[in-house]
Amino acid sequence: MNMIPTEVRALKPADYKSAVKPVWCPGCGDHSVLVAFQRAMAELALPPEQVAVVSGIGCSSRIPSYTSCYGFHGVHGRALAVASGLKVARPDLTVVVASGDGDGFSIGGNHFLHACRRNLDLTYIVMDNRIYGMTKGQPSPTTESDWDTAIAPGGTGLSPFHPLVIALASGANFIARGFTGDVGGCAKLIVDAVRTPGFSFVQILSPCVTFRSDQQKAWKSLVREAIVPETDDPARAARRLMTDDGFNLGVLYRGKRLPYQPRPSDNLTPSHFESEFAI
Amino acid sequence: MSKTLQPTTLSIALTGSGGAGVMTAGQILLDAAAHCGLYGLMTRSSGPQIRGGEAAAMIRLATQPVQTPGDRFDLLLALDFENVERFAAELPLDSGSLIVVDPAAGEVPAFLRASGAAVASVPMAKLAKTIAGGRVAMIALGILAKLTGLPESSIIAAIAASIGRKKPEAMEASANAVRLGASEAPDGGVARLALPAEPRSHPRWSITGNEATGLGALRGGIKFVGGYPITPATEILEWMAGALPQCGGVLMQAEDELASINMIVGASYGGLPSLTATAGPGLSLMIETLGLAVASEIPLVVIDVMRSGPSTGIATKSEQSDLNIAVYGLHGDAPHVVTAPLSIADCLLTAQWSVHLAETLQTPVIMLSDQSLGQTRAVIDRPEDVEFAGKRLVLEGDPTNYQRYAQTESGVSPMAIPGTAGGQYTADGLTHTPRGAPSSQARDHVEQMDKRQRKLDRFDFGAHWAEIDGDGDLAVLTWGSSSGPLREAVAAARAAGIQVRLIALRLISPTQPERLAAALQGVKRVLVIEQNHAGQFWRYLRAHYALPDDVVPIHCPGPLPIRPGEALAHIQQGALA
Repeated sequence: MNMIPTEVRALKPADYKSAVKPVWCPGCGDHSVLVAFQRAMAELALPPEQVAVVSGIGCSSRIPSYTSCYGFHGVHGRALAVASGLKVARPDLTVVVASGDGDGFSIGGNHFLHACRRNLDLTYIVMDNRIYGMTKGQPSPTTESDWDTAIAPGGTGLSPFHPLVIALASGANFIARGFTGDVGGCAKLIVDAVRTPGFSFVQILSPCVTFRSDQQKAWKSLVREAIVPETDDPARAARRLMTDDGFNLGVLYRGKRLPYQPRPSDNLTPSHFESEFAI
Repeated sequence: MSKTLQPTTLSIALTGSGGAGVMTAGQILLDAAAHCGLYGLMTRSSGPQIRGGEAAAMIRLATQPVQTPGDRFDLLLALDFENVERFAAELPLDSGSLIVVDPAAGEVPAFLRASGAAVASVPMAKLAKTIAGGRVAMIALGILAKLTGLPESSIIAAIAASIGRKKPEAMEASANAVRLGASEAPDGGVARLALPAEPRSHPRWSITGNEATGLGALRGGIKFVGGYPITPATEILEWMAGALPQCGGVLMQAEDELASINMIVGASYGGLPSLTATAGPGLSLMIETLGLAVASEIPLVVIDVMRSGPSTGIATKSEQSDLNIAVYGLHGDAPHVVTAPLSIADCLLTAQWSVHLAETLQTPVIMLSDQSLGQTRAVIDRPEDVEFAGKRLVLEGDPTNYQRYAQTESGVSPMAIPGTAGGQYTADGLTHTPRGAPSSQARDHVEQMDKRQRKLDRFDFGAHWAEIDGDGDLAVLTWGSSSGPLREAVAAARAAGIQVRLIALRLISPTQPERLAAALQGVKRVLVIEQNHAGQFWRYLRAHYALPDDVVPIHCPGPLPIRPGEALAHIQQGALA
């Protein structure tokens, strides 16, 4: 459908930006994710019409209409299911899924497990700020147990869960973590995730300046490039992720599983199947 | 009725405990009858056990096409009496019926004796043991051949076609068992159907409603199916899982119904006509995303094979009780299409039509099939081919100033398929501008709502909206599977001199007030007949249609089917008053 050869279209990050103004608060980490996404697409030189950005509901999920790509902004928690249907239907497209810690790990938790297991060639970016921002500050599955909120006074008393461990255990083929304080680093991870076949999961620590004003400064001092190189050994990755404090950045696991992609044949027409009913 | 008059229909029930093979035997009997030129259908009833347990195969054979179980059974063949009382309400017998039992099974249960039916004993289990590899179900088939007058050779041919390929070594024992059963069968006791002497003029099929739905979907152009197993819809998914990948499509089993509906939204957004099949509990889970499909104008088809509800209800039994959720379940104002097939054969046409409507109108279509259609196997005349030429309006040509949700006269606007340069937009559940950008402006909200409503208001649904038959000042108004018993009842009423017209709605939503008004011209009394507890269809009609003052609602929940005789009694009562 795209008749314009890609080589004559020198694509710049700005070419992936739409005219729609983001609803995000000034200083929100999600702005940086949008910039990182634009840079990554330009680096990959993907024509915007060959990219689909699929999301659910929440601050992070607003991202599709801020890009110049095809976008799908669906219902809460189901972005991975929409993206899975789209990718199977249209393997020619690059499909990037955007989500947050509430959308992706709480209401969408089951789809997360099965998307990892299915290992379609998708890139899943979760902007993790450990809070529900759009509904104004409720704890998510990654919120610290003692974080005080109106809905859980004094904290939830529940241990936050570890999405990277879950991704590994469920079969994700690529697991990485970025921090919005390093936009270039995030862009690099997104490029790597898109290029790596199979299901690529990128957690991006994206501070919420409004409901978690503690995060930005603290995270800046906590994050570090992972000191050990990436591994393709799930056992090593498991040990590493289980003992991870949540602030190691970079590619933490890159597997060798082949992506799932059904390839139907179209040599029959529906009338062929009538014969099985004929008597 | 004169004794010399040959009957046109014969109903036979086979019961036995799990593993006895009653379902296989029932299927073979139906196949053999079909090969002899008869029509028929078979419904299955079984206990809640996953495997084994009591089972009943209920077969109705007829010289003319039949769409629904009869009023009574002419013959009950019980291999044993294990839990047979569970089927009591489903097995109406009377003094004209014959019960064939195995004396080894013990005493005939009181409820069967109370029917007044004649009882004949045949030691079926003992006979089976006299043949190496002999099975009691094959003895039973021999008895049935003799009693119904179907040639033993046709039964043996049907066995060969059914199991002969897999187990050729079992064929000889089976054939011997059939012959032995026939020789030991009771002498008469069941009236015989006249077997047509002429060769068939029209090709016939043996098909279930679920298979017909799958074939109709395929003909309609479905290329992607996302589904999650659920009784009684799974066979649609299983049938399509075999056929679809050979026709260029894909079926994916999802992790739940939330995923299956969202997968088909994604695939359809990507340009492929998409479908899922489920039952009430699954439809409940899909409702939120159906609203998304309405708002973002994504074409898709959801087949709801209705079963007794609410909640888990009776998963294996039919009921027409999902009309309300299908029409009203979505939050907000969310215009969409709801259809209902009018017979097993009609599952094919209605599924194909539903795909056509979804693609043409860029909106979700819910098709309300049910267990009685989906899981009943019928011998039917091959349905006529129908052409539905409409297809999705997509962005082609110059994309300058493209607006995905542009206001158009028909309400339908070209959809850009990802990959099309210059057509990029974000499909959104948020209220949006014509370009697709999120908006909380009153004007965008109202304009887009008008647009989506206009798609349905301006579209000509044509003659397929309903089946209308006959005239007279009494009308029976119904929908979906209830049309089967009502067609039979209406024919019987006419034979008895009662003028009655039958109006069966295939299109539930959007409403067609002018068409129904025309169909009801001259009608003074309307009987509204449906299979649910609350009278959902009757209330729906009252809310949206101008009906004559004299409306009689008749509604009864599942799991028992509406019997033609019962419906006839309502018509007679309606006509007398």
